[in-house]
Amino acid sequence: MSASLTLERDLEAFVRRDEAGRGRLELLVTGARCAACIRKIEAAVAGLPGVASARLNLTTGKLAVELAGNEAHPERVVEIVEGLGYRACLFDPAEAVSAIDREGRELAVALGVAGFGAGNVMMFTVPAWAGLFGQELTPATLTLMYWMAAIVATPCALFAGRPFFRSAWASLKRGKANMDVPISIGVILTLVVSFSETMLRGQHAYFDAAVTLLFLLLIGRYLDHRLRANARSAARDLLALQTPIAMRLSGEAEQGVPVAEIVVGDRLVVAPGDRVPVDGLVEAGHSEIDNALITGETALAPVTVGARLHAGALNLSGRLVMTATARSEGSTLAAIARLMEAGAQTRSAYVRLADKAAALYVPVVHTVAAATFVGGWALGLGPREALLRAAAVLIVTCPCALGLAAPAVQIAASSRLFRKGVLVKSGAALERLAKVDHVIFDKTGVLTEGRPRLVDAPDHLLTLAAPLARASRHPLAKALAAQAGAGPVAAEAIETAGQGVEGLIDGRRARLGRAAFVGIKDGDVRETELWFGFENDVKIRFVFEDRPRTDAAEAITRLRHMGLSVEVLSGDLAGPVRDISQAVGVDHWRAGLTPFDKAAIVDGLKAHGRKVLMVGDGLNDAAALAKAHASMAPGAAVDAAQNAADLVVTGEDLGAVAEAIDTARSARRRALENFGFSALYNFVAMPAAMAGLVNPFIAALAMSGSSIVVLLNAARPRLWRGR
Amino acid sequence: MNIVLFLAPASIGLGALGLLAFFWTMRSGQYEDPKGDAERILYDHLDEKPPVQD
Repeated sequence: MSASLTLERDLEAFVRRDEAGRGRLELLVTGARCAACIRKIEAAVAGLPGVASARLNLTTGKLAVELAGNEAHPERVVEIVEGLGYRACLFDPAEAVSAIDREGRELAVALGVAGFGAGNVMMFTVPAWAGLFGQELTPATLTLMYWMAAIVATPCALFAGRPFFRSAWASLKRGKANMDVPISIGVILTLVVSFSETMLRGQHAYFDAAVTLLFLLLIGRYLDHRLRANARSAARDLLALQTPIAMRLSGEAEQGVPVAEIVVGDRLVVAPGDRVPVDGLVEAGHSEIDNALITGETALAPVTVGARLHAGALNLSGRLVMTATARSEGSTLAAIARLMEAGAQTRSAYVRLADKAAALYVPVVHTVAAATFVGGWALGLGPREALLRAAAVLIVTCPCALGLAAPAVQIAASSRLFRKGVLVKSGAALERLAKVDHVIFDKTGVLTEGRPRLVDAPDHLLTLAAPLARASRHPLAKALAAQAGAGPVAAEAIETAGQGVEGLIDGRRARLGRAAFVGIKDGDVRETELWFGFENDVKIRFVFEDRPRTDAAEAITRLRHMGLSVEVLSGDLAGPVRDISQAVGVDHWRAGLTPFDKAAIVDGLKAHGRKVLMVGDGLNDAAALAKAHASMAPGAAVDAAQNAADLVVTGEDLGAVAEAIDTARSARRRALENFGFSALYNFVAMPAAMAGLVNPFIAALAMSGSSIVVLLNAARPRLWRGR
Repeated sequence: MNIVLFLAPASIGLGALGLLAFFWTMRSGQYEDPKGDAERILYDHLDEKPPVQD
């Protein structure tokens, strides 16, 4: 490997290769919107040497690149896409292995078959219904119609019902009865009764009901599945962006390796702007470290040879060589991860609304159907009529509306939130969010923007220092340059890692950087600062602070109006936490907390019966996020926090928190309305079926009618507009 | 009445044809990128075929 290549990051770890040596690479491209974008990107990437083909999926934003040999460098693909003005990130192959959505495909096929069956069986049952109302249909024709209905409906129902039969069987083997048990019994019993009625030349056969019922139920199942699958893949995309690839030194060459493969004693290179992959000790280099995501502290920590580094910290200014002192699982993260696991367990104990409804529904329906059969027979109806009525009970009470009640509402709510930049991970998350009564905010990166901004410096001083700042890659200097705007750049600028930048401004030698570098004995370490001065002249101090988000105060007022109490928990020092809390209007704040303190506070509130929403972005929040009743993380959060959170906010707005709670509350209200309606419907339909007042026509009408009412209620746009 | 014996299978056959067409669209990945397909169809130089499934 040549000397220039060793400086480049080795990104071969992102390429998946088959036996023939053909490689596949995936990138997430943001900013592409139209056919012109597709054309530009595909043409540019496909034109690279060694690239066989490139295809952009506009819906998911994924660019799939097929490599013909070893010629194409992944870095070049990223560069060329970014050169066109789009943001491009390589995907971690482990995350990108998109498990083909088997379950979704099976449900879609079942749904298609059930739809076909439900539509075509009508051809024969509609004439049969006419016969029920005394129209001209001889008994022989009625029987013929039923036989033809049987030919269409039976295979369709048996095929489309497989997901239910399988789930019911699995549930019975465990000695329990879920919602799929009465559904399966209902469908099979309906088919059996309909066959026997047709053979005995009876009046009532329910072939259409069996397949229509499955069609309606499958709509609910499919919606629920889509909701979960979409959120899962979107969350996986976010995680894959923060790819855990570390640069390992073997001899003099750098090699990209997955973080999981690092062992104790490995020498690793951490470039400026990269995160520290595992805990370790600095072996060479100086730099400044941003620990904000781990401890919540905003002041930068200078590090030099021998200093301890924590996994997840951000290296700001200099190239560091470190020795790993722990594996990825053994790092500071491990303890936090254990806490998160415990939190996730308590959370999975949450029982969803639909499951609560099912727990009530299943025994009641079974009992009533059995009672109808036994009672009817005992009261002298005869076994045939009694069985027919029991089947009618199972058909009209079949939980189509119940199965649609929650998923239909939740998919409407989460797609609404998605458009507002909030990603909902599951329907259960929405239900939990609706019950929240206390909101805890982390400070850094949540209430604040999470990056330093210059505090009111006079314009003439800014103009003075700006040429040097423009020459530097340090984040503070960049913030200074951004404030000053475009202008001249200092000549002969040399950047000393971890110290500052030196150069000529109008022929005068000047320095910008840490206090000692500029010639000041010691600065105020409490604050984030930069010093500037010409040689043998007065030195000027620039102070930076992390500002609250512009809409933070407004968002918190809105939460208060919604009847929620608000608190700030931070790992930062008391001073900045107090300032920020006051600026956004929060009276309750605690500072200097460890990750374990935060989790303990959430536990304490829980013990007092509070339902806590935790909003946090750092590793120090991950445990609290997992333990809270509901949790949110911004899209810029570390992956552990995003993993632990129920909702991920991709935008910059803090107002999304109130928005999400609002939507979750109206979703819950509407799901309850739907359950109420389904209960009312069953309350009326069940006695009617027991009394033998239901014929196939009425059953079909009642069943589809109730499902449509529930769907329309979920889609009703007025309430979704919120405020 | 005899016409039913002809019409019923014919219409079911048409329905089944639609069902098969649905399976084909699903297998050939035509629901993978609705947004992109809507744009691709407008231009001759873009590959408008859905990507090959793994």
